[in-house]
Amino acid sequence: MKVNKLEVLSNVQVSERYWHMKLEASSILEPVKPGQFFNIKCAEADSPFLRRPFSIYRMNKAEKTIEFLYLMKGQGTFKLTDVVAGEKVDMLGPLGEGFTLGKTWDTVLLLARGVGIATLAALAQEAVEKHVKCIAILSARTNNDLLAAEMLQGLGVQVIKVTEEDGTSDVSNVHRLIEQLLIENDIKATFTCGSKRLSKLLQKISKNHGLPGQIALEEHMGCAMGVCYACVCDIKEENGINSVRVCKEGPVFNLEKVVLG
Amino acid sequence: MESLKLDVKIGELKLKNPIMPASGAFGFEMESLFDFNQLGAIVPKSITKYPRGGNATPRVCEVTGGMLNSIGIQSKGLPYYLKNILPQYEQYNTPLIASISADSVDEFAEMSEIISKEKCVSGIELNISCPNLEGDGKAFGMDAELSYQLIKKVKAVTNQSIIAKLTPNVTSIQEIALACENGGADGLNVANTMLAMAIDIHTRKPKIGNVLGGISGPAIKPIIVRLIHQVRKVTEIPIIGCGGVMNWEDAIEMILAGANAIQVGTANFINPLSMMEILEGIKRYMTTYQIEDINDLVGKTDIPV
Ligand SMILES: Cc1cc2nc3c(=O)[nH]c(=O)nc-3n(C[C@H](O)[C@H](O)[C@H](O)COP(=O)(O)OP(=O)(O)OC[C@H]3O[C@@H](n4cnc5c(N)ncnc54)[C@H](O)[C@@H]3O)c2cc1C
Ligand SMILES: Cc1cc2nc3c(=O)[nH]c(=O)nc-3n(C[C@H](O)[C@H](O)[C@H](O)COP(=O)(O)O)c2cc1C
Repeated sequence: MKVNKLEVLSNVQVSERYWHMKLEASSILEPVKPGQFFNIKCAEADSPFLRRPFSIYRMNKAEKTIEFLYLMKGQGTFKLTDVVAGEKVDMLGPLGEGFTLGKTWDTVLLLARGVGIATLAALAQEAVEKHVKCIAILSARTNNDLLAAEMLQGLGVQVIKVTEEDGTSDVSNVHRLIEQLLIENDIKATFTCGSKRLSKLLQKISKNHGLPGQIALEEHMGCAMGVCYACVCDIKEENGINSVRVCKEGPVFNLEKVVLG
Repeated sequence: MESLKLDVKIGELKLKNPIMPASGAFGFEMESLFDFNQLGAIVPKSITKYPRGGNATPRVCEVTGGMLNSIGIQSKGLPYYLKNILPQYEQYNTPLIASISADSVDEFAEMSEIISKEKCVSGIELNISCPNLEGDGKAFGMDAELSYQLIKKVKAVTNQSIIAKLTPNVTSIQEIALACENGGADGLNVANTMLAMAIDIHTRKPKIGNVLGGISGPAIKPIIVRLIHQVRKVTEIPIIGCGGVMNWEDAIEMILAGANAIQVGTANFINPLSMMEILEGIKRYMTTYQIEDINDLVGKTDIPV
């Protein structure tokens, strides 16, 4: 982890609500893992005051760039859309613990909703590089929100889209979909990010099928470095329920262990 | 200027420079970012006797010019602290000030006595600005008599330099400052966060889980400058200015108001290198104005009579 001032190569709108930013990253010598994140200063001015956390969307080791996919949400992300190519952005990271792909996992299931798609995209990229078969259910309000998901299809990920727009995104439908996929494929592990309802569902299904799972959590952060204890979540462990830091022990956790409330 | 004198004293505690982190906004996790040997002191997060879970999330929210927090002193308890937190800092030649939070006067004394025996502890900061379970949830530092008793009891069981961290949520901080001095405090930290609240107008819910939280950051700096000025008027003991210091200009301003040393909290979240940059800025300021000894600046505000 360090303070990086990275040059923006591009920052463009990719759908109604989503933007994509690519930065030159040769100064980052540490390995960056899918699921890890950077805490980004969205504007040089004092406002917005806090940094904003974004998980890496894509890493290009050969050309030494990193990419982020972000939803225009409030003050911080609106400010971030003002950044133009050539400018530098201050990003603290890489932060947190990322996803792990088990050696014997030749087929994995990804279940992502909203901005969770960005987080799981980095994992899909790694999985594809490792010749792991990747099936992804992507959930969003509209098909427009899923435009960014085309990159996953380009990588060779089997993508299934569900949306409110099409009336396909309700939990019971997603449940049916997953059970069907489990019959048709020899899925070895599950991954999720972006929705509490879907995470609960996947937690239950994974447990029933005896599958290992991982989840990337989001929580409001102060320092994002593990010193302030703002972003905590509950984890079930042998000695009971422990409160741990999303930014440090996470954001990726064992799906079975997280208390989803 | 070749020989800038930056060292300051708080009781028996000698600091090589006046810049240190504020409790709760710094930790060993920042070790890869800069050399802790460059700090005036190391101040870990407040420790409680027993493990504490902390408050409901969200525990922080952003406001104009700052943030609210209600962490609730999440802590793994004193034995863990002694075994795992303190030893991490033994490798540095920077003095460590242990911050203590407790539920009663006796517990403050008991913890101070135990922590005093630790080789790597050079001073103790008493977080008397945290809620007091004996006193209906009010902070110890809101009651002059209680503050006096607390400091006195702690001083009786330890030879360490004792800093009382005051709460700004009082009618007269001067009264509390004097009570602490009379109790034997070697220094005063001015101050902890100010009680605040923020509401999301769309959901109509409080923005933090605990409803109320403490505001920190640049928004409170002018209030802290005023508090330092007021405390400096009634006491000669060292003051650590704390609240809203984002850069070296803020640090100098607090020194001019009467602070001997400075703690940096929230700024670490925005720019984790800020303490190093503040130190460099102070040196440049001293060179520009030909100030050899930082102690010569303390309280040197030119107030028209
Ligand atoms: C580990 C992690 C990875 C993330 N990765 C991505 C990503 O790849 N792409 C993406 O679009 N978003 C991601 N998010 C969510 C992103 O951080 C928020 O959308 C963003 O902080 C909103 O800022 P804002 O000022 O635009 O919105 P506002 O709603 O105005 O923000 C107000 C405050 O709330 C905080 N906040 C709001 N929503 C969230 C949230 N979901 N999680 C944490 N803090 C929040 C903000 O940081 C800010 O302090 C991630 C969050 C976390 C914790
Ligand atoms: C997230 C957070 C946690 C804090 N935890 C503690 C604590 O454990 N003990 C304490 O004495 N003060 C604590 N504080 C208060 C700070 O030490 C400091 O007094 C306050 O934030 C004002 O300084 P600043 O504006 O530079 O942050 C905390 C502040 C923040 C923002």
